[in-house]
Amino acid sequence: MAKKSFRQAINEALAQEMRRDPRVVLMGEDVAGGQGAPGEDDAWGGPLGVTKGLMPEFGRERVLDTPITESGFVGAAIGAAATGLRPVAELMFVDFMGVCFDQIFNQAAKFRYMFGGKAVTPVVIRTMYGGGFRAASQHSQCLYPLFTHIPGLKVVIPSSPYDAKGLLIQAIRDDDPVMFFEHKMMYDDMDEVPDEPYTIPFGEANLTREGDDVTVVALGRMVKIANEAADALRKQGVGCTVIDPRTTSPMDTDSILESVEETGRLVVVDEAHPRCGMAADVSALVAQEAFRALKAPIRMVTPPHTPVPFSPALEDAYLPSAARVIEAVRATMA
Amino acid sequence: MQLNREQLLAAYRMMRTIREFEDRVHVEFSAGDIPGFVHLYAGEEASAVGVCMNLDHRDKIASTHRGHGHCIAKGVDVEGMMAEIFGRGSGTCGGKGGSMHIADLEKGMMGANGIVGGGPPLICGAALTAKTLKTGGVAVAFIGDGASNQGTTMESYNLAKAWMLPAIFVVEDNGYAESTSSSWSVSGSQLGRAAGFGIPAVQVDGLDFFAIHEAAREAVERARDGGGPSLIHAKLNRYHGHFEGDAQTYRGNGEIERLRAEHDPLTHFRKRVTEAGLLEGGQLDAIDAAAKSEIDAAVAKAKSAAMPPLAELLTDVYVRY
Amino acid sequence: MTDAIRPIGMPKWGLAMTEGKVNAWLVADGAEISQGDEILEIETSKITNVFESPVSGLLRRKVAGEGETLPVGALLGVVADAGVSDAEIDAFVEQYKQHQAEAASEDAAPEPVMVEAAGWTVRVLRMGPEAPDESAVPLLMIHGFGGDLKNWQFNQPDLAADRAVYAIDLPGHGGSSKTLDGDGSVAWLAEAVRGAMAALDIDRAHLVGHSLGGAVALQMALDEPVRIASITLVCPAGLGAEINAGYIEGFIRADRRKEMKATVEALFADPSFVSRDMVEDLLKYKRLDGVLAALQRIADVSFPGGRQATVLADRLDGLTVPVQAIWGAEDRIVPPAHATALPQARRHVLPGAGHMVHIEKPAETNRLIGEFVAFTGG
Repeated sequence: MAKKSFRQAINEALAQEMRRDPRVVLMGEDVAGGQGAPGEDDAWGGPLGVTKGLMPEFGRERVLDTPITESGFVGAAIGAAATGLRPVAELMFVDFMGVCFDQIFNQAAKFRYMFGGKAVTPVVIRTMYGGGFRAASQHSQCLYPLFTHIPGLKVVIPSSPYDAKGLLIQAIRDDDPVMFFEHKMMYDDMDEVPDEPYTIPFGEANLTREGDDVTVVALGRMVKIANEAADALRKQGVGCTVIDPRTTSPMDTDSILESVEETGRLVVVDEAHPRCGMAADVSALVAQEAFRALKAPIRMVTPPHTPVPFSPALEDAYLPSAARVIEAVRATMA
Repeated sequence: MQLNREQLLAAYRMMRTIREFEDRVHVEFSAGDIPGFVHLYAGEEASAVGVCMNLDHRDKIASTHRGHGHCIAKGVDVEGMMAEIFGRGSGTCGGKGGSMHIADLEKGMMGANGIVGGGPPLICGAALTAKTLKTGGVAVAFIGDGASNQGTTMESYNLAKAWMLPAIFVVEDNGYAESTSSSWSVSGSQLGRAAGFGIPAVQVDGLDFFAIHEAAREAVERARDGGGPSLIHAKLNRYHGHFEGDAQTYRGNGEIERLRAEHDPLTHFRKRVTEAGLLEGGQLDAIDAAAKSEIDAAVAKAKSAAMPPLAELLTDVYVRY
Repeated sequence: MTDAIRPIGMPKWGLAMTEGKVNAWLVADGAEISQGDEILEIETSKITNVFESPVSGLLRRKVAGEGETLPVGALLGVVADAGVSDAEIDAFVEQYKQHQAEAASEDAAPEPVMVEAAGWTVRVLRMGPEAPDESAVPLLMIHGFGGDLKNWQFNQPDLAADRAVYAIDLPGHGGSSKTLDGDGSVAWLAEAVRGAMAALDIDRAHLVGHSLGGAVALQMALDEPVRIASITLVCPAGLGAEINAGYIEGFIRADRRKEMKATVEALFADPSFVSRDMVEDLLKYKRLDGVLAALQRIADVSFPGGRQATVLADRLDGLTVPVQAIWGAEDRIVPPAHATALPQARRHVLPGAGHMVHIEKPAETNRLIGEFVAFTGG
C-alpha cells in the first residue's frame, strides 16, 4: 500500500468526495489562491498547500476563494449546508474562530434542535491547530474543547494520515456539522493510506498500543508522543495501552473505561489548556465511572495554563513531551 | 407589473393574518399564557408580504427575532406557529424553538434568528447553493436597522458581491434597534453602505405595499438573471415594543397612536385598491373576519395542545450520534 | 565447515511483519530437532503463533533470548553437527549478524501486484523460484468470504520452495476490485478466478481453497478439470447447506473493534489468535467504499436465508480431479461433517483447530498440501 503524507491524505479525501458528489464544495481563504491576481492561479492551494490542485480539477465554482471574512464565509457554508450543498469550509487557523463563533455555536450547532429535527446541516469546518510552529499565541491554540462543549457539533482530531482520510470522508458524508482539526506540525507525517475512499466511524477509539499496566489517553499529535513514551516504557517493563479517541464528540467512553478497569491507572495527554479541557473531561469521566478500579491518582499531562509562547525555548517547555508522559506514567506506578 | 385581483386579495389576506396574529399574541402574552420572549411585527406587514409575493418554492429567506411576519408571508403554517409560540409539542418546531426560532426549511424559511445579524451570512450560503446547483432560486435576508450595524451584515454584502450571489438584503428600518434610534446608531446611510459595496439599492416607504413589491420584483429579477445582490431599505414602523413587556419609555408621546392612525400599511392598501376600484370594501371586510377567526382557532388549538413529551428533551441534537 | 552450521532466522509472517517477539523457546538447548518441530512461540503485532523449525539437527545455540524483539531475518538459533566447535559457531553468529545488517537495507520480500483480468483488477502475491522447473505446476490459493491473500501467510512461503505459488484476492476482497462485475455467485467467482489465471498465464494449477474459496475451487474443478491438477479444500463451503449464518451477518455488520473481535473469534479454536492488529486490518478492509455492498451481494447470493445456495455434493460423482479436504475439528463456521460428502477424497480433520486451520495448524496443513501436490503430480 502506498505511503502518503497527512497533507496528501486530506487532499485525496477532498478530491475523491468532490468527484463522487457534485454537492461537495470547498471554500476558504486562499484554498486555491491567486484569484484576481496577475500571477499564478491556484497559487497557494491553502496556506500549507493541502488543497493544491483541487481548483484546477473542479474549477472556481466548486473551489471558492473567499475574502478574509471568516464570519461571512463560515456562515455562508452553514447556510449552504442547510439548503442542499455539502460544503467544506477551511478556517485557516482555529484561533480565528474568535470572529465566527456565532455562526458555529448558535447557527450550525443548534438548527436541528431549535427547528424540531427538521434541519440537516452537513457542513465540515477544517481548521489547523496546535503548537510547535513557533507561531505564537494567536496561531497555535488547540481549542477543540470549546467545540466539544457545544451539543450539536461533532469534533474530529485525527492523529495519522490513515485516520485523516477516513475521518474526513466520514465528516463530508455525515449529516451533522463537523469540526475537523488538523495539527499543523503533522502534514508531513507518512502512513499507509489506501487509494480507495473509506470511512472511519465517529466515536470509535483506536488503540495504538496495548499493555496491562497503565491507560494513556491522547489526542491528535499527542498520540505520537504517547506512543513514543509507551514504546520506551515497554523496554523498561511497563505496559501502556494508548487510546486515541479520534473524535471528542462523540467520544468512545467505553474503550477508556474498559481499559482503566483493566489497568487501574490513567494518564491523559492533551495539548489543549488544562482547565475545562479534554484531559479534565476524561479524568472526570473516569473518576465518576471507574473510581473503584483506580490504583493511583489520575495524571494529566498538558501545557501550563498560559497562552502559547513564541520563543522556541519557551514553546518547547510549554508543549507536552514523551519524557513528561513517561514521568506521569511512572508516577502512577509509584 | 400590475397585480391581478387574486394577487391583491392574497396580499391583503397575508398582511391581515400577520396583523391579527401579532395583535393576538400581544394579548395572550399580556395574559401570561406565552413563555419567554416575543417580538412583534405589527406595522411592518407590507415589507414581508411585498417581498415574499415575488418568491416561489425555490427561494429562501432568513429572518430576525421579529420573524412571525416573514414566516407567514413565506407560507409557514399559522396554527403550527401559534402552537410553537405557546411551547406546545404540535408547534412548527415541536416546541423546541419558540418565537425566536420558528423555521420551516421545506417552505424556504431558514429561521427567525435570535442573533442580530445571524441571517445575512446564511443567506449568502443559500444563494451559493442556488447558484452552484443552478436552481434559479434567490435568497433574501431580512435585517433590522440594528443588524445593519453588525460586521456579519457588511461581510455578507461584500461576499455576496465578490461571489455575485443571487442574494437580496432587505433592511427593515423601523427606527429603533431595541431602544436606540437608528438616526443615531447608523452612521452614513443604508443606501450609501450598499453603494460602497457596489450593490444596487433603493429606499422605499414601508407603508406602501406596492412600492416594496416593485422594488423586490426588480431585485429578484436581477438576482435570477445573474446580476448579483441588491439591497432594499424599507422605512417602516413597529406598533409594539422591542419585545413584549417593553415599556417603550424611549418613544415620543402619542407616537404609537399616531403611527397606528396615520401609518398603517393595511389601511393604506385598502384605500389604494378601493379608490382605484380594484377591490371592494366588502371583500376586504370578509378577509378581516376570516383572519380573525383563523387566529381565534389557532389560539384555541394551541392552548389545548399538549406540551412536548419529556423524551423530546434529548432528541434532534444530531441526525446520528 | 559452515555447511554443517545452519541458521534459524526470524520468520516473516505476512506482508506487514517487520519484527517479532520471542515469547518462549519450546525446545531445550542441545535438543535434536527435526524440520517442522515446534521450537518457538513468536508474537507479532498481528498474531502470536508457534514457529516450526525450517531445519533438522542439533540445536547448538539459542541466540535469541525470551522476551527479545527482533527484526525479520534476525538470527534466533543455530543448528550444527556435534563436531562443530563453539568457536566456529561464534564466528558464524558474528558473520550472520553482519550479513543480516547488510541485507536489511535491501529487503527483497515479495510484494503483491495488481493485474488486470477480464472485468476486474486482481491483487496477486507470487512466491517461489524466479524460474521454477517447467514440470512444476503452480499452486493457486483462494481465500474465503471476507478474507484475503494474507490469510495464507503461514502457508504460502513454505509451499513455494520448488514451484510458483500464487495467492489472489477474490473480487470485492483485499486489494482487488470492490465493484462486482457479476452476481457474486460461486459460479461467477469461479469464472473470475479463471480470468485471473488467464491474466497470469497459468494454464493449469493445483488449487487450494479455503471456505468460500473452497467452493470456488471445487466449482473450477467441475467446470474445467483439464486445467486443475488437484484441489485441496480447507474447511470448504459448497458441500452442504449448513453455514454459521450469524457469523456471515456479524462480519458484514461489524464496524467497531469490539464487535469485529467478537465475531472473528468464532474462526479459531483458540480465540487468542485474534489480535488487535488483525481486527484493525479487517476493519480497514471493511471501511473501503464498495466492500459492504460486495460482501452483502456475495452473502445474499451464496448464503440466502442463512443457508448455502451452492451445494456441489451431488455433482461429485463426476469429479475427475484429485481432491483432499482439511478441516479443523472445532470449525464453528462450516461443519466438519460436510467432509463426508467427499468419500473419494483424502480427508483430514485436525484436532485443536477451527475454521482457520491453516493458521492454527500451519505445519500440518502445509505438510498435507505439499504431500498431496507431490502425489498428484506436476
